[in-house]
Amino acid sequence: MGITFRKETFRDDFTFKNSPEHIKRFPFPFHEDAYMYAVNIEPHVVGPKGSVLENLIDVDEHYVAEMQDRALVLAEDPLRCQSLPHMTLAGWDLLELLMEQQALGYPEHFTLTRDGDRWRWINRPLGIDDTFTFGDTSTLPYGPMEYITRQSQGDFCILDQRDGNLWMDAGMVTTQADWSLDFDIGMNFFEWHAPVPLAHEKGIFVRALKFLTNIQQGKPARRLNWTMTINPRLDTSPENYHKWGPDRATVTPENVGDKVHLRVELQSFWRLPRSNGIVFPIRCYLIKMDELVTQPKWARRLHRVIRDLPDELANYKGLTRYRLALVEWLAKLDDGSATSPGFGPD
Amino acid sequence: MSTGTTKLDVVVSDVVPVNDLVTRFHFRRRDGELLPTFSGGAHVVVEMRDGERTRLNPYSLMGSPLDTREYTISVRRDDVGRGGSLFMHRSVKPGMEMVVSYPVNLFSLDLRAKKHLMLAGGIGITPFMAQTAQLAAEGGNFELHYTCRTASLGTYADVLRERYNRRIRLYHDDREERIELDRLLSTQPLGTHLYVCGPAGMIDWVRDRAAALGWPPETVHFEHFAAPQPGLPFDVTLAVSGKTIRVDEQQSLLEAIEAAGVDPPYLCRGGVCGQCETNVISSDGKFIHNDHWLSEEEHRSGCKIMPCVSRFEGRSLVLER
Repeated sequence: MGITFRKETFRDDFTFKNSPEHIKRFPFPFHEDAYMYAVNIEPHVVGPKGSVLENLIDVDEHYVAEMQDRALVLAEDPLRCQSLPHMTLAGWDLLELLMEQQALGYPEHFTLTRDGDRWRWINRPLGIDDTFTFGDTSTLPYGPMEYITRQSQGDFCILDQRDGNLWMDAGMVTTQADWSLDFDIGMNFFEWHAPVPLAHEKGIFVRALKFLTNIQQGKPARRLNWTMTINPRLDTSPENYHKWGPDRATVTPENVGDKVHLRVELQSFWRLPRSNGIVFPIRCYLIKMDELVTQPKWARRLHRVIRDLPDELANYKGLTRYRLALVEWLAKLDDGSATSPGFGPD
Repeated sequence: MSTGTTKLDVVVSDVVPVNDLVTRFHFRRRDGELLPTFSGGAHVVVEMRDGERTRLNPYSLMGSPLDTREYTISVRRDDVGRGGSLFMHRSVKPGMEMVVSYPVNLFSLDLRAKKHLMLAGGIGITPFMAQTAQLAAEGGNFELHYTCRTASLGTYADVLRERYNRRIRLYHDDREERIELDRLLSTQPLGTHLYVCGPAGMIDWVRDRAAALGWPPETVHFEHFAAPQPGLPFDVTLAVSGKTIRVDEQQSLLEAIEAAGVDPPYLCRGGVCGQCETNVISSDGKFIHNDHWLSEEEHRSGCKIMPCVSRFEGRSLVLER
């Protein structure tokens, strides 16, 4: 049996919701009652059945709606997808990775058949059945990276590795937490992380770069990151700030549960075999407060994390405007009892 | 050996003598599947089980990255080395089961280059075999200058000439043919990247001349293929694991640490990647640093050592392992 894909929107009437089963698989990012940066990188290996880690590339009930939202973003702003000329080979690497992983994890929805360079790709949820020549861009309707990332949940940055650094030289970025591929394209690891507060002083980026440049083929790694978003909007880009920025002033004690969303990014890092680049998928998961607090442990813990967050971090994550309303709303659900260690619900 | 890369179970599918010094080895997967794709310039670490001893030596993959039915490496026999190449030449036969690592690339092409200018010396030709195959398939612009001792020791010179014709220039030491390096480096089009793999002296020469002629450092790529050198035996205390070990004449410090059941991370085993960098807690004696990773200042400080290639002579050495 396959996934039942939801019909929903991430804009205008915002009909996005998680089903009760999906709430339980939400990748809650806090393993303790406080949050501070750490180089929280671990091997990206398959996790428990029923979790978002059941497959290394996760496809869920929001797949079709997310792909429709991506197409809308690209129609308005084609620069959300860019690939510098030397990155085409890496695009083919990514196409292979995503086709293989999606077909492996969800054979009822995706099928990949290879006969030498002649490949056939069937994507049933999106009604696609294409035959093409691997390595020959003229046999696809888009470049290889754009073709496959129009059919894969999450943003994708492809990083070229050279001179002991990583360079943001290609990407498909339409579900981002307030950063811009068009602005960052061509930058190196330190340049595009320049705006992040506190972490530079802790030497985090130097260590993280050392780790990432040593990622090996067949040994991907992952980390979780998080922020918050008002309304279930995937496209919170700087380009569209005028559309979503003002939303932050609309939070009231009455609508916190419906409007405020925890936004978690499952970031993974993979060495690409032909190009020796790194692909960095950033998979975004959204959950509204009303859904999140159905798990009492998450409600108590999120209250403590947001209440005690350093101001610099709250500012950087854009929470300052509605933080007080959120903390007061969550406080009613925190009886002060202990929370068990680890991420999962009790 | 839990660290480093994922391992591949392979079988030796062919052993082909190439000339008096070099033999080529072909590996296929034991399960009959395709091997992982790789990029030109990548190496694998070959595990050699030689009786009681295990050696782990890196070799560049020299086949085409487009063909992953098999991996091929070429091994130059070193009669005064630590015995890895002799083991490969004498003991490895078709049908033998071996273990190699996933490919790792520490000598990658810069795909932005408008032209790739390659300089090879001796067995340093091997990474270029894969890189030229990769570039040729994409219509890439490259030119290879290859120096060897004699025509008969010009490993794969004939193959390369046949494949790429005038893009290959050969220089034979016995005919006193030399690369006209300064002229070559001063007549390249803008956007050219330079790659050099060969003996340490050749790499230093090329890097020095390129710097003197104004080549930006990020356009100059090089790969040392120096193997660990044998030396006098010495004793080491591993403070973290509470062990005292002896490093034999023919063993590297890293191999001796591994033989004691301690697994530091590694990738290149050639003093380049930095993975096995180890802190020195105390020492009384002389370090023999052979790596290209630590700075000269770090070498002088006596506070760090790269156990894959460097050695020690003296009374006592205590490492943070």
